[in-house]
Parts: sequence; structure tokens; C-alpha cells
Amino acid sequence: MDNPLVITSSPHLHCGMTTRGVMLDVLIALSPASVASILLFGWRSAAVIIVCLASCLAAEYLSCIVLKRPLSVGDLSAAVTGLLLALNLPATIPLWQAAIGGAAAIVVAKQMFGGLGQNFVNPALFGRIVLLASFPESMNKWMLPLQGQGGTDVITSATPLAMISQGAEVEYSLKELFVGIMPGSLGETCVLALLLGGIYLVTRRVISPTIPVVYIATVFIMSWLLGQNPLVHILSGGLMLGAIFMATDYTTSPINTAGKVVFAVGCGLITVLIRFYGSLPEGVSFAILIMNILVPLIERATRPLPFGEKRRLFYEK
Amino acid sequence: MTVPDKYRQAFTRGLVQENPVLRLVLGTCPTLAVSTAAINGLGMGAAATFVLVCSNIVISLLRFVIPSKVRLPAFIVIIAGFTTIVQMLVKAYLPSIDKALGIYLPLIVVNCIILGRAEAFASKNSVGLSALDGLGMGAGFTAALILMGGIREFLGNGTLFGWPENGLMHPITIFVMPAGGFFVFGILIWLANRLSAKLDKDSARSELSENVCAACPSASICNQSNTQKEEAVCHE
Repeated sequence: MDNPLVITSSPHLHCGMTTRGVMLDVLIALSPASVASILLFGWRSAAVIIVCLASCLAAEYLSCIVLKRPLSVGDLSAAVTGLLLALNLPATIPLWQAAIGGAAAIVVAKQMFGGLGQNFVNPALFGRIVLLASFPESMNKWMLPLQGQGGTDVITSATPLAMISQGAEVEYSLKELFVGIMPGSLGETCVLALLLGGIYLVTRRVISPTIPVVYIATVFIMSWLLGQNPLVHILSGGLMLGAIFMATDYTTSPINTAGKVVFAVGCGLITVLIRFYGSLPEGVSFAILIMNILVPLIERATRPLPFGEKRRLFYEK
Repeated sequence: MTVPDKYRQAFTRGLVQENPVLRLVLGTCPTLAVSTAAINGLGMGAAATFVLVCSNIVISLLRFVIPSKVRLPAFIVIIAGFTTIVQMLVKAYLPSIDKALGIYLPLIVVNCIILGRAEAFASKNSVGLSALDGLGMGAGFTAALILMGGIREFLGNGTLFGWPENGLMHPITIFVMPAGGFFVFGILIWLANRLSAKLDKDSARSELSENVCAACPSASICNQSNTQKEEAVCHE
């Protein structure tokens, strides 16, 4: 800078937190789960991750150019969306379908609503739901882990939650569920890796532990009250991945703690309702999506009260 | 405005600039419901166009007879008569279309495009103009439905007008579901707005703002001055 006297408006102090830094932290936190998915499901999961990353980054680049916005590829938010989307997909998904999911996530859920910070739902979850609605047959084909390097004749099997919803016994021990020896999406099976990532994010203060802890606790208590093994319920399905990495998305979760608790309890209740009474075996993505849409209302109800004001939900003009 | 110009405009207005579905956003319910296939769009569009033209002609003929206090029930009776004719004809000769359109065929009675044109145009204009207006609006409705049905059928089912039977591509089923319908609808509205803005630049602006307000049901209670109206048009 040439001029030593810089005149700017406030704020003058900056904590040093940048979008790029936060996103980099999230990517680091997701790396154990990514590595675990490659160990569990072989090269096919690496291919899914690469395709999702590439399609999200390409979609971000192209929509910035078409919409004449400043290029936001460098802030890595599209990379986080891509990686999260990949970790939400089964390893057997055809790669072109994964690419469609990435493009839908970035273009429809994020850029059409105004870009980073304007998305009304979590883009990665939106991409997953679009794929689930579009290609139900390939989104419900779960390969068994540890089959070597895969191939055309992979063995597929029901996920633990699908076994529960069909009324069968879960064939996996709690230890297997914890390290991820079960069929499922790329990144949702290895709870150990997800917890490592979650601890990293909390210690780096990227996320507050409120939402994941309350969300998981709600699912634990509700499934225990409804008479099923609560440990199986919190260790299987996309709960850990959703609670730690997707329900905590800054844009689509409430700001203050009271709001976070309401949001997380809502996520947990809807998840349990879908798992126990819905036609789908798993409900984490729909639960988070529904609560994402309710966030503006939660924010309004939990707004801190100025001294002397009465709480009113609706304001008369 | 010269006389042929007036007739030409009565017809062309409904195609893009005042396209009932994509610009005035009327008749949304049948649009979203039946546009899962191009052939449904064609059937629905043709049926609605027939009712629209016939009811416009009859209402225009009776415009000095119908007392203004009971005009809406009178319009509805006329529209219901023609809808019944269409429904019986379709049931008799095109049972497959009847099955695909289901309840939306008799629901043409309460289609706001038809009632809207009766109220805003046919009850104030001559028979010839009203017939052309009905034809233009009907054509715009049909075109929008076929376009939307075609896109949704091609992406969601891999076919176009049911051809080829096995589908050209792997279907993306979300497009034949309601969510995909809203998505395609939004994209088409955006495209129609762009196209319409381009066409507006070519035509005289003052004429247009007058027409836009004439079609609006709340024009009589709208207090905007003429200059503001023009601005509103530009901002659309």
C-alpha cells in the first residue's frame, strides 16, 4: 500500500477469521472421513469425491461468470459443498449423476438465491435430496465395505437403518458401527472419523458444540423412549455427519444458543419421526432441510430482548 | 392506433408480453398439475382455448345485456356451458386425454385466465376483438403448457410426446414431480420476462403501459399516476 494513512470505517479490529480459513478448517475436519471412505469402499469413493468436487467448483465458476459476480471459487465454500455432497452419496452411484447433484447444489440452492451466505437450505443436502428424488434406484444401492477394490460385481446390502425399518435385527455390532464396517453413504459410516473432525472443529472454534450435542441427544432420548436401542440409532445412518457438519452450517442455522437448541431439538424430533414412522429408513437430510427452512422463524422467536421490551412474535405496524 | 394494428395487437399480446401463464401468472394450478407431459399440455391448452374463444364471443355479444351487478355469475354460467361441451367431447373422442387431465378438465370453469379475459376484455370490446383476444391468450396458454410439459417430460421421462417408447435418456424423475414443476415454471417465467422486456423496448412504451393496466383486475382501485405506471412496467 502506497499511502501510509489509511482511512476506513469501523470495525477496525479483525479477529482474522476469513471465509477461506473457516472452509479450510471444515475441509481438514472432513479429511478423516474422506480417508475412511476410501479405505472402506475403495477407489470408487475417491472417484465420487473427485467428481463432486469438480462439478461443484465448475458450477460455482460458471455461475459467477454468468451472473457477473466476483469469482468466489477461491473461498473454498464450493469445495466444502462438493466434499459434503460426496460423503452423502453411496459409493456405487453413477458418476454423471453425482455431477448433476453437485451442479444442482451450487446453481439452484446457492447461486440462484444470491451466493454464499444467501442459500436458504444447506446446498449439499439440497443436492442429495435432488438426487434422491431423481434417481431413487441408484441412491438406494449400498455396497458392503471392505470388498477389496470393488469392480462391476460389488455386493450390495441393506443399511442398518433399512434393517430396522424392515423389522429385522441389525447384523452389525456396536464396534463395527463405530468404525464404519457397515453399508452406507461414503462418509456417514465411520463415526470415529466424524467425531475426530467434529472435535477439531470445536477446538478451532469453527462450530459451537450446541447443535451436534443437542441433536444427537434428542435422537438418543427419543429412540430410547420409543423402545429401540438408542446406541444403534445414533451410530448408524447419516446422523453424525448431519449433526456435526451440516446442521451447523452458518447460513442455515440460528445465531444464538436458544435458537440453536430449538433448531437441534427440531432436527432430532423430525429425524426420529421419519426413522420410526416414515416410509424412508433415514430422515436426517429431510430433518435438517425442514429445520433450515424454519430458521428465520426460530431467529425471530429467540431474538434477544432489549431492556424493558415485551416479547412479541408478530409486530403490528 | 390504426384499426388493423388494433386487431393484430389483440391477438399477439397474449403470446409473450401478456402471456397468461408466464407473465400474468394466472392459471398456475392447471399449469403445474397437467404439465408432466407435452401431450397433456396440448390437450389442456386446446380445451381451454376453445372455451376461452367461445365464451369471449358470447360474453362480448351479451355485453350490453348483462347487468354489471350480476356479471360474474353470468360469465360463469356461460363459461360452464362451454366447459361442459368440451368435457363431453373429450370424454367421447379422446378418453386417454380425459384420463390424463382428470379433474382439471371440468375445472376449466374456474380457470382465472378465462374469467379474467371475460372481465377485463370481452365485456368491454367488440366481438371480433374479443375472439382474437381469446385466440391469442389461448395460444399463449397452450404454448406455455406445451413448452413446460415438453421440458418436464423430456428430462423427467426421457420422451417427447410419448416418443420413443423406451426413452432417449436416463430419466431424472424429479422433473415430473411437483418440485421439478415449480423449478421449470420459475425458469420459464424468468425467460419470458427477459424476452418480454426485449420486445417492450421495440414497441411504443405508452401504449403498452395502458394495456398492462387494462388487464389488471385492480386497475380501478390502483391510484398510481400514469408516469408511475410506466415506471412499474419498466421495473417488472
